[in-house]
Formats: sequence, C-alpha cells, structure tokens
Amino acid sequence: MSTLALTLVHAKYTLIETARIPVALIGSLVFPALALLFFVVPQRSVADSPEFATQAVISLAVFAIMSNSLFSFGLNIAENREKPWDPYLRTLPAPGLARVFAQVFSTGTLGVAAIIPVIVIGGLFTAASASVFHIVLGLVALAVGALPFMLIGICIGYALSAKAAIAVVQVVMFALAFAGGLFLPPVLFADWLNTLSMFLPSRQAREFVIWAVTGGNLEPWVWIGIAAWTAIMLFLALFLFRRDEGHRFR
Amino acid sequence: MTTLAQFDHVTRRFGKVLAVDDVSLTIESGTILGLLGPNAAGKTTLISLLEGLRRPTSGTVELFGGSPGDYRNRQRLGSTPQETALPVTLRVGEVIDFVSKHFENPLSKAAVAEEFGLGDLLKRQTGALSGGQKRRLSVALAFVGQPKLVLLDEPTTGLDVEARRTLWDALRRQHERGATVVVTSHYLEEIEALAQRVVVMGQGRILADDTLPAILSRVGLRQVQLVSDEADRIGRLPGVVRQERTGDGATTFYVQDSDATIVELVRSGIHFTGLTVRGATLEEAFLTLTEPPDARRNWNRVEAAQ
Repeated sequence: MSTLALTLVHAKYTLIETARIPVALIGSLVFPALALLFFVVPQRSVADSPEFATQAVISLAVFAIMSNSLFSFGLNIAENREKPWDPYLRTLPAPGLARVFAQVFSTGTLGVAAIIPVIVIGGLFTAASASVFHIVLGLVALAVGALPFMLIGICIGYALSAKAAIAVVQVVMFALAFAGGLFLPPVLFADWLNTLSMFLPSRQAREFVIWAVTGGNLEPWVWIGIAAWTAIMLFLALFLFRRDEGHRFR
Repeated sequence: MTTLAQFDHVTRRFGKVLAVDDVSLTIESGTILGLLGPNAAGKTTLISLLEGLRRPTSGTVELFGGSPGDYRNRQRLGSTPQETALPVTLRVGEVIDFVSKHFENPLSKAAVAEEFGLGDLLKRQTGALSGGQKRRLSVALAFVGQPKLVLLDEPTTGLDVEARRTLWDALRRQHERGATVVVTSHYLEEIEALAQRVVVMGQGRILADDTLPAILSRVGLRQVQLVSDEADRIGRLPGVVRQERTGDGATTFYVQDSDATIVELVRSGIHFTGLTVRGATLEEAFLTLTEPPDARRNWNRVEAAQ
C-alpha cells in the first residue's frame, strides 16, 4: 500500500477511536467557542468594530487550532508512546511518514471542526464579517498556518513523557498565544515585543489568516516564517520519531 | 530451508543493564523455534530487535536480508501486541481490518475469525473482551498478513489450560501452512508442546541451542530434598547436577533421573531422613545451565550470598 493510503488508514482509525469517547470530542469543539464568548463578545469596543472584531475572531480561531494541535499532538503522542498498542503499530510495515501524516490529518480534521462554532458565534454576536469565499480562504490559510503547531506538538510528544508534555504544552501554548498577539492585538505591543513576535509561528499564522480573510499586503516574513517553521519542525519530528523506541525508564 | 533472520554478535544495553550480550543466531524457515528463558533473560529484547522496535548497541540484525528498521522488510513479518494493548474503543472487526490494510496479501477477516474463534466477537469493542478472547485476537493479528515469520512473545501466559490448548492448535495449523514461528516462553510445557528447536537464554546470552529432546534432557530436572549429615557424599552420586542447602537444615539436590539417584542413595548406605521428590521449575533448572561446570557441585546458595 502506498504511503498516502496508509496515512488515510491510520487517520481513519485514530478518528474512530476519538469519536468513540464523545467527551474528548466535545472538549475540543466547545472550548474555543467559550473563549470567544468570554474574551471578545463582552468587550463591545472590540466586538462592535468590524475590523477589530474580525481580527479578534481570527486570533481566537488561530488560538483554538494552536491549542488543539499542541494538546492533541503533544499529549496523544506522549501517552501513546507509553501504551503497548503503539509499539505494536510500529512493527507493522508502514513508513514513519505515514504515521506522522495520519496524526496531522486526524487532528487537523478535529481542529477545523472546532473553528466552525467560533465563526458562527463571531458572525452572530460581533461585528466581524467576511464573505463565504473569504471564510473558506481563511480556513485554508488556518490549516497551512497550523502546520508548525502540529509539528511542535509532535516534537513535544516524542521528546517527553506524558506528564512532562502537559506542562510543556501549556507553557509553550500561552507563551505563543500572548507573544503572538492572539490575546492582545500586536498594535498594543512595545517595539521589541513586536519584533520578537514576528519570528513566532502564532503571529505568522495570525497575519496569514487575516491576509486571507481581509486582503491587503502579505509581508514576506509571514509566509517565509511559516515555511521555515514547518520545514525545521518536520525535520525535527522525523528525527525524534526515528530515534524513539517507546518509553524508557531510568 | 532459507535464512529468514539473523543476529550477528548482537549486544543491546539499556544504560548499565546488559539485556542482550553478544548473541549470534540464525532463524531458518520451516521450524517452530522456542526461545526459552526465565524473566529478564533477554527474550523480549531479542524479539523487539527483530521487530525493528529497537536497534542493537553493537552487532547487526537482519530480517529477510535487510534491516528490520525498514518497513518494507517487515511486509512478511507477523508480530503480536500485548493483550492489554488493544485499543479499547475499536471493535474486533475494525482492529483486524486496520492491521490487514498494511499487508499486500492479507487473510480475509472471515478466515482470521474462523481460525482463532473470533466469529461471534467481530462487532464487540475490544475493551469488552475477556482475557482469553483478547489473547486470541492479539495472536490472530500476527497471522493476518500471511507472514513468513511470526514472532510470538509469551503467547499464552495467564491463560487457562483449555484456552492454551486451543491457541496451540491454531499455531500448529498456521505452522503447517508454511509460517515459521518464533515463540518465547518461560514455561517448559509450552515450549514442549510447540517447539522443534529450542534456544535457551539466560542473562542476555544463549546458553543452549539444540533440538527439543536434547534440551529437555538438560533442563527437565527433578528435585530431591532430604536431611543428611553426608550431603557432600550424596552430591557426588551419579546424575546429581547441583545441590543447595535450604534454610531448615535440609539439602536439595537437582538430578536428571530421581529414581536412579534414589536407588544409588539407598545402595550407598548413607543415612538420611525426610525425603521428598518433586519436579524442578524451569528457573531452578536454568541455574544448572548458567553456572560454569566446575562450580556446579557443592554449590551453596547461602554461602554464595555471604
């Protein structure tokens, strides 16, 4: 079987497994929408301005898919490495790339599903607006911008034990969210923070999706940054995957 | 006979622990090879090297002429998950489908279900299966891809007699259809029921590699326990492999033929009391293989510990 076919097989069964425990599904679908309701909708100065509201909805959509990617990749992989089913799967004739891609596919599918309530709430309760075409374009941009987060999650999952992964994922997630302008807009940043921010995948994803939805100029640092993070993290993920031999006790 | 897998001076360390120590072994087609040894003898590590899960610290492991780390070389390899490993939310039929998608020429789901008695369970989630059912499914997964070489790590540990015999029968049928099987166990009974060639491991090394009857004569020992002032004389009787003093003043002798040894003992006129005879466990028998020959006689566990 080809790598692509095996990727889809692994993604399919990962999704079936997740869907059989509905609480897990509800958690990842509901959390981003709640964040939007608590952080954006009550601030009418933001919620009533079409420009700021659209940017805020996009920022939270990026935050949602980022936390989704970091958590489900970092934790699932770290946990799976400690379960004996995973070593068995590694004995099957499937290339490492197929298993990495399968995790990208399955979590990506869930992540995109988590964005839909954010868009619906943003459309109904704030002044945020975009055409259907631009929303679809935004989702595609979001999927592309999410690649570095998924790969960072994969690296955390393969590098750390499950308990360590929880802590590291939370630190990484909030650092990237704040410094990337997902909670506070970058216009409020000091110059040094703004410069630092431009090197982070969260800021790059935010700008990339805003560009896809609202148009304007795409600064080169945005797409170069996303491409660079994806390439470096893919390389590191493959290295950690090949090095991995399951959980080791010392 | 063709060579399916080969270990060439393979050593594997985990930190300071030497799990596999300079092992060379060739696995050829057509046999059921029993890998026998006590816990922590290195059996599972040896299997995981062949599955591509671990790499040797030194030496080379070959599977179908290539590296086990390359997934293409695992196309004709069947291995089995621990029965606690099955994903609890997936159904039995789904697990079989999932695994069979990896192979070019898999058995049909119906054939797998029939061979391993899973026909009525295909719609059940694996979390709802009994221990024996989980074990049957785990072992069945090793045969889904119609492999040339099957690795089974402790396939029937913890099963009752009936379930164990059912699984053994299925394994023998699969072997007759052309699968070469490597089965690890710390039960002599299991190895006796299945294996034609037996490799005995202890402390990471291969202690013996021979036909089943030859191995049985070396590890199928009996224990003779008695109290006597002349234990050392008894230890020099023919057929006594090893002796050790137990805590309560008695001495245990490991012998190849307890009947013959007791006849000799009575003829010798040595005074003794409290005679009991029982089979030696495999762990006890292994000690006779792990010790150097000159240390076998008059060996005393209590003194050695001090």
